[in-house]
Amino acid sequence: MNRSKPWLLTALVLAVFLLHQDFWNWSKADPLVLGFLPVGLAYHAAYCALAALMMLVLVKLAWPADLDRIESRLEDERRPPQP
Amino acid sequence: MTPVIVVFIYLAIVLYIGIFAFRSGKSSGEDYFLASRSLGQYIFLLALFGTNMTAFSILGASGLAYHRGIGVFGLLASASAFVIPLTIFLIGTRLWAMGKRFGHITQVQFLRDRWECSFIGTLIFALTAAMLVPYIIIGVMGGGQTLEAISDGRLPYWAGGALVALVVMSYVFFGGMRGTAWVNTFQTLLFLCFGTVAFVLIGKNLGGFDEVMRKLASNPATAPLLTRARIPPQEFFSYAFIPLSSIMFPHVAIMCMTAKKASSFKKTVVFYPICLLLLWLPSVFLGVVAASQFPGLRPGESDGVILRLLTTNTDPLLAGILGAAIMACVMASDSQILALCTMFTEDIFAYYGGKERFGETAQVWTGRAFVVGVTLVAYAAAIQLKDKAGIFELAIRFAFSGFAALSPVMLAALFWKRSTKWGALAAVLWVAATMAGSWYLHEASATLAPKPGQPAAQIFPALGDLFLRTPGSVTIYGYLPVMFICLGSVALMAVVSLLTRPPSTETIEKYFPAQSPALT
Repeated sequence: MNRSKPWLLTALVLAVFLLHQDFWNWSKADPLVLGFLPVGLAYHAAYCALAALMMLVLVKLAWPADLDRIESRLEDERRPPQP
Repeated sequence: MTPVIVVFIYLAIVLYIGIFAFRSGKSSGEDYFLASRSLGQYIFLLALFGTNMTAFSILGASGLAYHRGIGVFGLLASASAFVIPLTIFLIGTRLWAMGKRFGHITQVQFLRDRWECSFIGTLIFALTAAMLVPYIIIGVMGGGQTLEAISDGRLPYWAGGALVALVVMSYVFFGGMRGTAWVNTFQTLLFLCFGTVAFVLIGKNLGGFDEVMRKLASNPATAPLLTRARIPPQEFFSYAFIPLSSIMFPHVAIMCMTAKKASSFKKTVVFYPICLLLLWLPSVFLGVVAASQFPGLRPGESDGVILRLLTTNTDPLLAGILGAAIMACVMASDSQILALCTMFTEDIFAYYGGKERFGETAQVWTGRAFVVGVTLVAYAAAIQLKDKAGIFELAIRFAFSGFAALSPVMLAALFWKRSTKWGALAAVLWVAATMAGSWYLHEASATLAPKPGQPAAQIFPALGDLFLRTPGSVTIYGYLPVMFICLGSVALMAVVSLLTRPPSTETIEKYFPAQSPALT
């Protein structure tokens, strides 16, 4: 899993990018989602939720460990020296 | 008169927040410019989002949707929902780490050090300032338009613009980054809460949005607004490059350095797309709805459609509260003014010896004087530009494309050891030259511009479809110039870097230590 993780995450990001190009909704207004949202608009509203989900996955699986290291080191530096 | 009074109360609250922040702060440069790098995760999320939430996202987007339909949401909002959190995740977190480690306050300081070159910093400062000032101007323009519309013309554009400029200048002057972040947080919450209320009430008053949609669909002139018929696929695709600009905007990059902890970024990148959805969906949708209510508006006039819907469909008190919420977005020019002031004092004043000679207090006061100067220039320009350009187009033309095309420079600095100052210089000069070129083409082809819904016109018939003129911009084979400018920037960065001497080992080891690349 560890070795393939970067590739899988890159594929996820690419797939989400490609889903933005929804050519199949180009000239469609119907159906009106919830009775008033044209389908092309509803699709892109749902896409925003998908982007949030993608970021959640990236934060869980690809958060740079270095950042946490810097944070704890800076906290150590700020702490007053023990007597 | 009630809405105007409510907006005035809102402006007074915002001013108070700025002055309260002034009292809570210290007199150091780091406190004024970066709030002592102490913003907690919720303030950081809301302030960062508020920083990006400007006049164009409310007034410009709805104005554009009025002419081009629902596709405007996909053009910028959902594309931003994908790109902006990703760039904050990749670049923003690294800038935060650099700032913590080396004390950088601006991205110019990092780039100067990373490439051991003073000139590149000065060049990027000049280019950034040139591209940011128009962005500040649209904030003042939006303020003038909003107050004029809310007061039914009793408060003229020039007076509304002056009032907004004065309030923004005051709380940035006193409160610095802490004041700006708190005000942005308040504004974001205000808009997200009352924007939803406005949406529901306008729909109710119009007899339900389903009825409005049926009316729009049955009219051949407005039916295309419910689809993407008025947006060519090439333009839709190339718009995805525009949100790359976000992280290169100095106010966003500087804001990234204010976070107290790296973990603050986690919630920000996850919730950012949701905040975008909540802000842009009503904005774009109401722009389309307005086409059925106020037909025949010109591009400049259509920037005020949300305000028209508000004043004609809600009672005065609510219109005032919601007008204030829109003012909240319009007034996002605060962070841009502060960013420009931070860059001037750090990258020019302090870098060229001013801080050493006159001290830190003088540096902060120089920054404050700069805030006053920039605001006055922005106000003068906003008065001159009234009704001459759509807010959205103005912002896109000058700021978004240019900053987006600078993003490869930052990516190379952070992730590519072999990148050199010559590669960066070539890319920056390319961006400056192509921006000037697109401006020239845009102006030269103004008389050829077709009306919304009409096909694009060839600018040089001998060159076929190479340069086309659309209602809002110039395209290259139908694609926005930003795409080619970005790709050119990447190519120049790569080729020129490989042909020139790499940075010193000392610098490489500083920024790319063996154990933890680019960070520790």
